[in-house]
Amino acid sequence: MRYNDPSPLEVRVISQRFDLPNSASIDTYLANDGYVAIKKVLGLTPEQIIDELKASSLRGRGGAGFPTGMKWSFVPRNTGKPTYIICNSDESEPGTCKDRLLMENDPHQLIEGMMIAGWTIKSNKGYIFIRGEYRYLIDIVDRAIAEAYERGYLGKNILGSGWDFDLYTHTGAGAYECGEESALLESLEGKRGVPRLKPPFPAVVGAFQSPTILNNCETFSSVPVIFRNGGAWYAELGTPKNGGTRLVCVSGHVEKPGVYELPMGFPIMRIINEVCGGVRNGKKLKAIIPGGSSSPCLRADECDIPYDFDSLAKAKTMAGSGGIVVLDEDTDIVAVALRTIKFYAHESCGWCIPCREGTTWLKKILTRFHEGGGIPSDIDLIGELASNMLGRTFCALGDAAAMPTGGFIAKFRDEFEEYLKKHSAQAPEAPELVSIA
Amino acid sequence: MADPVKFTIDGQELTAAPGTLLINAAKEAGISIPAFCYYDNLSLQAACRMCLVEVEKTPKLQVACTLPVAEGMVVHTDSPQVRQARKGTLEFLLTNHPLDCPVCDKGGECELQDMVFRYGAGESRYRETKIHVDEKQWSPVVFYDAPRCILCYRCVRICGEGLGVSALGIGNRGAAAEIVPNGGDHLECDECGACIDICPVGALTSGTYRYKTRPWEMEHVGTICTHCSNGCKTTLGVRNGEIIRANNRDRSGVNGEFLCIKGRYAFDFNEHPDRLTAPLVRTNGELKPVSWAIALATVAKKFNELRARHAKFGVIGSNHTTNEENYLLQEFARQVLGTSNIDHHRTGDVATLMDALQGRSNALATIGDLLTAKAALVIDSDLAQEQPLIAFQLRSNARLNKGHIYAISPGPVREDNYATTTRAALGQEFEALEKWREQLAKEPELVILFGAAIKDNAIRQLVAFGDSLGIPVKYVCLVDYSNSRGASDMGLLPDLLPGYQPVSNAGLEPGLNVDQMLADPNLEALWVVGSNPFLRGNLAGRSAFLVVQDLFLTETARHADVVLPAASAYEKIGTVTNVCGEVQKLQRGPKTMGAKSDFEIIALLAREMHADLGRLTPEAVFNEIRQNVHGYNVPLLVVETGGAAPTAPVNGRVSFQSHPELIRSAQNTLYTSGTLGRYSQMLNSVLEAPGALYRDPGIEPLVKPGSVQVETIVSHD
Amino acid sequence: MTFSPELEARFAKLLASYPPGRQRSAVVPMLLYGQDEVGAVTQELVEEVARRCGVTPLQVDEVIGYYSMLHRKPLGKYHVQVCTNIACQARGGEELMDHAARTLKLGNKEVSTDGLISLEEVECMGACSWAPAIQINYDFHHFVTPERFDQLIAALRDGTYRKAS
Ligand SMILES: Cc1cc2nc3c(=O)[nH]c(=O)nc-3n(C[C@H](O)[C@H](O)[C@H](O)COP(=O)(O)O)c2cc1C
Ligand code: SF4
Ligand code: FES
Repeated sequence: MRYNDPSPLEVRVISQRFDLPNSASIDTYLANDGYVAIKKVLGLTPEQIIDELKASSLRGRGGAGFPTGMKWSFVPRNTGKPTYIICNSDESEPGTCKDRLLMENDPHQLIEGMMIAGWTIKSNKGYIFIRGEYRYLIDIVDRAIAEAYERGYLGKNILGSGWDFDLYTHTGAGAYECGEESALLESLEGKRGVPRLKPPFPAVVGAFQSPTILNNCETFSSVPVIFRNGGAWYAELGTPKNGGTRLVCVSGHVEKPGVYELPMGFPIMRIINEVCGGVRNGKKLKAIIPGGSSSPCLRADECDIPYDFDSLAKAKTMAGSGGIVVLDEDTDIVAVALRTIKFYAHESCGWCIPCREGTTWLKKILTRFHEGGGIPSDIDLIGELASNMLGRTFCALGDAAAMPTGGFIAKFRDEFEEYLKKHSAQAPEAPELVSIA
Repeated sequence: MADPVKFTIDGQELTAAPGTLLINAAKEAGISIPAFCYYDNLSLQAACRMCLVEVEKTPKLQVACTLPVAEGMVVHTDSPQVRQARKGTLEFLLTNHPLDCPVCDKGGECELQDMVFRYGAGESRYRETKIHVDEKQWSPVVFYDAPRCILCYRCVRICGEGLGVSALGIGNRGAAAEIVPNGGDHLECDECGACIDICPVGALTSGTYRYKTRPWEMEHVGTICTHCSNGCKTTLGVRNGEIIRANNRDRSGVNGEFLCIKGRYAFDFNEHPDRLTAPLVRTNGELKPVSWAIALATVAKKFNELRARHAKFGVIGSNHTTNEENYLLQEFARQVLGTSNIDHHRTGDVATLMDALQGRSNALATIGDLLTAKAALVIDSDLAQEQPLIAFQLRSNARLNKGHIYAISPGPVREDNYATTTRAALGQEFEALEKWREQLAKEPELVILFGAAIKDNAIRQLVAFGDSLGIPVKYVCLVDYSNSRGASDMGLLPDLLPGYQPVSNAGLEPGLNVDQMLADPNLEALWVVGSNPFLRGNLAGRSAFLVVQDLFLTETARHADVVLPAASAYEKIGTVTNVCGEVQKLQRGPKTMGAKSDFEIIALLAREMHADLGRLTPEAVFNEIRQNVHGYNVPLLVVETGGAAPTAPVNGRVSFQSHPELIRSAQNTLYTSGTLGRYSQMLNSVLEAPGALYRDPGIEPLVKPGSVQVETIVSHD
Repeated sequence: MTFSPELEARFAKLLASYPPGRQRSAVVPMLLYGQDEVGAVTQELVEEVARRCGVTPLQVDEVIGYYSMLHRKPLGKYHVQVCTNIACQARGGEELMDHAARTLKLGNKEVSTDGLISLEEVECMGACSWAPAIQINYDFHHFVTPERFDQLIAALRDGTYRKAS
């Protein structure tokens, strides 16, 4: 089910079955264009499939927005090694809650998407990595997988093609970092979710040291409709280089928060005002966090842009995982910055120094600052520490922590300064600097 | 090999083989890129981010420890951006670091200190509270202080990849991440301490060294470990004549990175309060301390008297004394005392191997060969217990050079964890070997290592097997003590002179062996140098005059008429020959007042007996060995500069009679070292669960730690 | 160590789902499912999982320390998890957590003396658009007001708690 009402402005492509009764069942799926694409695809060569995907301009929905067709084309063929299809349903980026709906309401669409990937590289095994908190989804997806086996969509000699494909669910156990693709693979192999050295990338050396297609749940879920209606059709839905629709998760201070399927390039201000009924209680907009907590915020005056990967990149932030957190004029930015860095400090795997120590230090400064113990030099220090992390960590989590932190300071410096003034009366004597020279 | 790639680092135009990591390419050119987590021969981590450098045309700083050099690459390792990044990383590192340098064991030789000194910020902007975690003791030798830990994972890797023990892991996550031991709150491992030495900071400290001294107060003496036959280089940290620490700080020697628990910690026997510091002479049935002059006069008088009436002498030499001492001892026995009754405890049938090889050159493997040989075969030895360095070499060979390791053994061995192994009862080894014949013959080369169970005809059979493979084969006869090989090579044998020459060459008849001497009721004097034969038996003719030179009042010494306190290998100079026949030089580190080296004792005795031994310095004797013993003509430059020089002491057949019943393994384990081990409190404090580190932990290992020779130490009051 | 037949079946299915020789992959799922039945990751469970997956207990230990859902000590029968991450924060998540701590008289990660309820402030749980959200064990509850929270807790206590659909 969905937990919010739909909006008439939505373009329901991958959420088209969400409101049907028994939407997760294979019968509902089959009665509504289900497993049509795979039948077509079984007649295509890998090159044809990848070309179609490229034509669709589908870009990864997991965060980085990497072109999916290109990613699939990187998988070396005929290496003699088995290959794997991995779905990233770790969905842990704060602000994001869409993969949950896709698995809950339309698991067969995901299965079909993974099958298409499987056929493309003649893989025989796939895993859906679902975060541990989503236990009920494991049951739903497991049921769907069982149905697919019963109807011959999974297992041996699928639809007489001679091709076998097995699909399994795999659970995480509470670790944001396991959403990072290589950490996910480590976790899948029964280890700590510490990212791997790259290169090689998962396409070449992925699951079980073998070539792997790894995509986000929404990315895979978008694949069947592309092959049903054509890549060009899909691309048309969005803007150039940003094909199709995406599930936008709007949260925070809007009247009607929710997950809405919108075409790529839909204007952000229209999302807030028209799709979500405007800022709550008639308040003014202060800022948005446009693509999950890792993306630097946009001030209200910067929000008049289309919602797609390239437009947000141009605005020096990112569309990331599609989670927009809307913050109204009353929002305490220091508190948001603190809560954000707390999250990253909690989730840093600890592998590399700048991320492990940087997030922890930032968390401590911001905690003190938030509690009224800030000193003027803190503001610059926060910015500098963030930039000392940026681009220097082992994986992108460090960046994901540094970017929004730096962004808050850069864009709301005045709020930090005011905070200081407000609290200066109660500020404790600044401790002496410790000299270590 | 592919063409070298050309690139530029800090303006220097350089070339290197494709695939060379930037950090190594820079090091070659004398440009040091700082790093904590990068460590030669261990897997890449890219975790510390200290080695960030600027590579032109790439937007972000690059990690030099994982980036292979590429054609045309232009690198800056000292740009303002790089310097700023290093400073930033160090600042991060120091946030939670306790900065207790003044009391930290590592102070003065700490990589973090050095880095901050070189690249760091002089002041800290950190004004938050530090996370405190109490220090933990994981074993008698290993302590872990989590706040000091910078999580470079060197310890985890050296333990897993290097030692194959995998006793360390990573616990928790994020800032709470720390190193955890395999036993929950303690370590179940080899206690080798490699983790401690490899730790760049003071997070891992050693129970034997912590809080004892500052590193700069010690003198560092590079010498050879006295415990087993592998001949590891060890650096003794000596302060005021006392050993405070042993490690292999400069990673030199045949062992490079490696030392086992004995090498690293079991030096404490040297300071044991039971060390003999004055000669003892039996008067009225009791051993009483006397001066050296009296003791020597007593022995000389008695020896001269017996010599004058051609009485029957017996001399039992040592597996621990130097080549020079052994050489001198056999010469003394044969020329001064006029006896061929000289022997030592043989822990391997070296003479038979020499004979079976008929002096062919290139048939004896070196410790270095064990790392590079394409294939190695181990028969009847649990190397990890009995030959720690050799085990390390073979394991490293498999890991780094993809060498094929095979092992045949009657019980589980550590090689089961990574090598091709099979079980065969003692005596059935050749059936197992035949099964592998085809596979072995396909190897381009092979080193065969065999334990004491392979002796006499079995050795000949083994060499015949090796010959039949049609590939180059080298051998290692696995002997046990620090100079077992030297004892054999230097002619501490009743029928062989130094270099395995028949005694007839010196116009002598073969003499009595150890067992025969002990059993001979007519023996009138027995001179035991650094050996403890009475541990197994007793002297049949109780009337014989017994002289014992040793460090401790051993079972044998307790029966002596005269006991002469000897210096340990750490207290003298001279050379020793390791299990592979490589000669290395000892250096004098500590000293024990009152004790004298066996060399000195023999010389003093000669003087006292008015016997002319000619040249009386270890150097002079070594020169003579170099001239007289085949294959010992090793380059002085190598030996004098701390190198290991391989020897080949035979150039033909060896004419002798093999006595398999005399070949007895010392059955030492990682935690035992004969008499010396019994006086090492550190060794005795470590009680490891046997089997835990074997693939099948349900099965008892071949050699059980703690099963042999660990007795309650003689208490002193 | 014995498990329920259902769990055994789940374990068997799990172990069969990974490529040959890759049984280590089952470590995390087995620990989590095992914990659900046993109540905590006990040493016995650690050793059992290690044995079945062909790894050392240390390797299992490393994993336990890493994942925040794996607990060495038992949680309450009902583990109440309140999200305070940014989306929930914007809609009162932190106040809800304060409310929970106050009314339950439990601090973060504490268990009630009767073992019925434990409380934890958690990171984003994937309910941002329906914030503030809590999870009771694996059940999601959306748009949770303090009043709704009190009702849920009352239901936990009097045994009438039903999973929200
Ligand atoms: C710290 C971190 C966390 C991530 N978390 C997720 C996640 O929860 N779900 C996801 O699909 N991708 C996540 N990603 C992105 C993945 O690494 C990967 O790029 C993505 O799954 C690829 O799929 P796509 O190409 O379909 O987007 C994360 C990346 C990082 C650096
Ligand atoms: S940036 Fe470093 S510490 Fe942070 S999650 Fe990535 S590897 Fe781990
Ligand atoms: S922020 Fe609370 S569920 Fe995402």
